[in-house]
Amino acid sequence: MTDLPVTDLPKSSNVGTRRRDAGRKSMSLYAEGEPMVWLTGGALAFSLLMILAMLVYVFWMGFSNFWPQRVVHVTTHSGQVSMGSVSRSQSYKPSIANVDRLPEALQDSTREKLLANDGYTVRTLLYTGNYDLTGTRFQWVSDYEVNTWEYPEWALLIERRMDGNFYGMPVAFEQDGEVLTESPKEIWERFEEIHPTVRRRFRERERIRTVDMGRVNRRQENARRQLVEATRQFENGEIPAGDLDRVRHETEETIDQTRREHAALSKRVDEINTENRRYGLVMETAQGLRHTLFFDDIVMAFPGNQLSRFQKIAIFGERWREFIFDNPREANMEGGVFPQIIGTVTMTLVMTIFVVPFGVIAALYLREYAKPGPIVSAVRIAINNLAGVPSIVFGVFGLGFFCYIMGGYLDDVFYSNSPVPTFRGGGVLWASATLALLTLPVVIVATEEALSAVPSSMREGSYACGASKWQTIKRIVLPRSMPGIMTGMILAMARGAGEVAPLMLVGAVKLAPSLPLDIHNWSGSLGFIPTGPIHLERSFLHLGFHIYDLGFQSSDSEAARPMVFTTTLLLISIIVILNLTAIMIRTRLRRKFKSGTF
Amino acid sequence: MTAETLEQAQARTPVQTRGASGTRLEAIASGEEVRSEIHPQLKKEDNILSIENFNLWYGRAQALHDISMTVPKGKVTALVGPSGCGKSTLLRSVNRLNDLIDIVRIGGEMTLNGSSIYSKNVDVIELRKRMGMVFQKSNPFPMSIYENVVYSLRIDGERNKKVLDEVCERSLRGAAIWDEVKDRLQDSALGLSGGQQQRICIARAIAAEPEVLLMDEPCSALDPIATNKIEDMIDALKGEYTILIVTHNMQQAARSSDYTAFMYLGRLIEYGPTDTIFQNPRLIETQDYVTGRFG
Ligand SMILES: Nc1ncnc2c1ncn2[C@@H]1O[C@H](COP(=O)(O)OP(=O)(O)OP(=O)(O)O)[C@@H](O)[C@H]1O
Ligand SMILES: [Mg+2]
Repeated sequence: MTDLPVTDLPKSSNVGTRRRDAGRKSMSLYAEGEPMVWLTGGALAFSLLMILAMLVYVFWMGFSNFWPQRVVHVTTHSGQVSMGSVSRSQSYKPSIANVDRLPEALQDSTREKLLANDGYTVRTLLYTGNYDLTGTRFQWVSDYEVNTWEYPEWALLIERRMDGNFYGMPVAFEQDGEVLTESPKEIWERFEEIHPTVRRRFRERERIRTVDMGRVNRRQENARRQLVEATRQFENGEIPAGDLDRVRHETEETIDQTRREHAALSKRVDEINTENRRYGLVMETAQGLRHTLFFDDIVMAFPGNQLSRFQKIAIFGERWREFIFDNPREANMEGGVFPQIIGTVTMTLVMTIFVVPFGVIAALYLREYAKPGPIVSAVRIAINNLAGVPSIVFGVFGLGFFCYIMGGYLDDVFYSNSPVPTFRGGGVLWASATLALLTLPVVIVATEEALSAVPSSMREGSYACGASKWQTIKRIVLPRSMPGIMTGMILAMARGAGEVAPLMLVGAVKLAPSLPLDIHNWSGSLGFIPTGPIHLERSFLHLGFHIYDLGFQSSDSEAARPMVFTTTLLLISIIVILNLTAIMIRTRLRRKFKSGTF
Repeated sequence: MTAETLEQAQARTPVQTRGASGTRLEAIASGEEVRSEIHPQLKKEDNILSIENFNLWYGRAQALHDISMTVPKGKVTALVGPSGCGKSTLLRSVNRLNDLIDIVRIGGEMTLNGSSIYSKNVDVIELRKRMGMVFQKSNPFPMSIYENVVYSLRIDGERNKKVLDEVCERSLRGAAIWDEVKDRLQDSALGLSGGQQQRICIARAIAAEPEVLLMDEPCSALDPIATNKIEDMIDALKGEYTILIVTHNMQQAARSSDYTAFMYLGRLIEYGPTDTIFQNPRLIETQDYVTGRFG
């Protein structure tokens, strides 16, 4: 009461004067906090810039990968000839001995130029392709070596199903082994006319091989299994001999029928093969070698040096389409990443389905039911620390616990008569469970925060209406904290979708025979539970693992480089899309709860 | 108030009572126990709620001291007193909301319509369903206006749309807000103005036709017009409902209540008919407070 300083008034005004005086002299900089503003702002700007630079780099490298490049024809002073497209260039310091190999007349001027540049010059990496003929895909060309550098009008870039790109000049168009034309223009016209139908047949053949034949095989397999089952029942005395005979008869009929269907399909495949092999493109490489390419082997071809802007855009779009919707070829180095996209999205969604309910329930217990005290605090700290455990540790745990113990148990109980493991070993299910464990702390922490942010007045209002604790939680607390829970989900998804290390142990593979999402077979089942096209027991491909595999495990890292960037770009985009969807839902929820002001 | 009691009241003049250490208020502040002044008119009333020697502690600190009072049925009873004197605590003790606070301990007893509130085998949830409560700060639930109002029916499992619609309309009319919101019942209640929100909360509190309506400063955040509306509403509800209302607004207490209880530092000081308390209280402290001389 008495410390209201009425009598101190002169003194306090004194302090004020002193402060003002000091301000004029030395205090201003620190008092205004200028250095801290610069320090904190600078740190923020620096980190943002780093992230932005990385994103822009990935975006640029990934996005431009599919832009059709020109085909360059280079001759060097040493008589080397090559054709290809420019991959990248860099400046480097060549050894002086190299200059000695140049023609006498050029040596002096080259040395002078090099000296003027501190010994540096620029070299260009050409993607020369033709791997089957030359055994290499790339070639460095230094600036000083170049004799001629031109863009031949009819040079073709051909993307093949195998052995990567082919660069060369069209020489002839062959049909049934006969040369029909030798003029480049006509060859190209013929190609454009015939190739689309060849591609269409090609796709038909792929579909027959993967889908139709698979279906026929499955029917046969099922019939066989029925017979085995009937035999077993008969031996156990569960069914009479007549039933067994009937099943045996049916099975034989089915097998006969499927054999016939199979033969018809094989015949169609053979037809397509012969038809597609009728057409050939005779090409001449830069080195003068002649090589015939069958239309069947060509994915896409274009004369790189005479494309209009519109055509370039069309090719660019077609390449993206192929990348997103097609299967990979050539050890994942070429083609699309459709299975990887499916795998990544499936795994992330299943993980979300696991982690959100579990995390929310755990948080509900911690925040609503458990009596606050040292034990709850300890649990909370433990959960927070769980978020810091290296993800590979979760991978090892997942492998041991989910794949072997749980999977093994499920196999023993439900699939004891199957020769191959079903749940034992890696699969989407176990990968999702492992990542769910990994991201659980994120969801718990976010949910706890959301729960504690529900105003106690709302809870009291509900109790005052005669609601029980669970009714209050269900009707008031949970809906009100839904946006916060969604935030946790978004964070968990972002963390889970980008994780790679644990996945390598629990189910992500380089090549998978079948996708976890089998859209061609809707009658799948897990033992007795029908699952339709979803096969969570299967191993899967994953974009993050694909990046690692391409970038660090492939035989030719230079060739894989652009794909690494493109795949990275795709992975980032998918995570962004998943997150944006979740954020949109959250915004809608928030708007619903938006509090009016008065 | 009858003419007879008015006469009686006017005949008396406020008395300055003294404890051992000066005035009554000083005595209370120094920890002495002082008897509450309860006017005899209350004895004639039909009680719905009676509070007997009620004590409450927040941890070590005692917030209510030996409170004994009765709340007459169908009347409006106002609780007044300086901030922190325990009005909200007393109100929240009636529907056992204080149970939610871990550190609260209580002593004494309350009965609602003759049935005990604090005995061991009372079902708190059933008990709370017999009362409605309106809080100092409006607290609509994050759901539509309609769902807010019928909340207590929903948690009882009522599904019949006709019943719900009826209750919703009756409660909203009772809270004098039907005309304002009848076209937007499915909108979020959080999008309403503060005054409208408070009336939604009142509608919610009366939806289950409670035996007692507890109101904790329902108008503290409202402008005079909204306050008027709520006072009109209280007038309209009078008779049908028993209302126990906390208020800091002396005019409001004088205008809309039948009885007024004056509390100070966790004690009930004086309790009697509103007219008497405001015009001719027995204790000088009450007069000082209601005329604004302290508090
Ligand atoms: N949750 C709590 N924990 C501890 N002490 C509390 C709690 N709530 C209230 N108190 C204390 O109990 C006493 C009475 O508080 P109460 O809220 O009942 O006062 P009030 O009369 O409603 O005041 P106001 O008019 O300001 O609302 C105060 O001293 C307060 O500090
Ligand atoms: Mg209060």
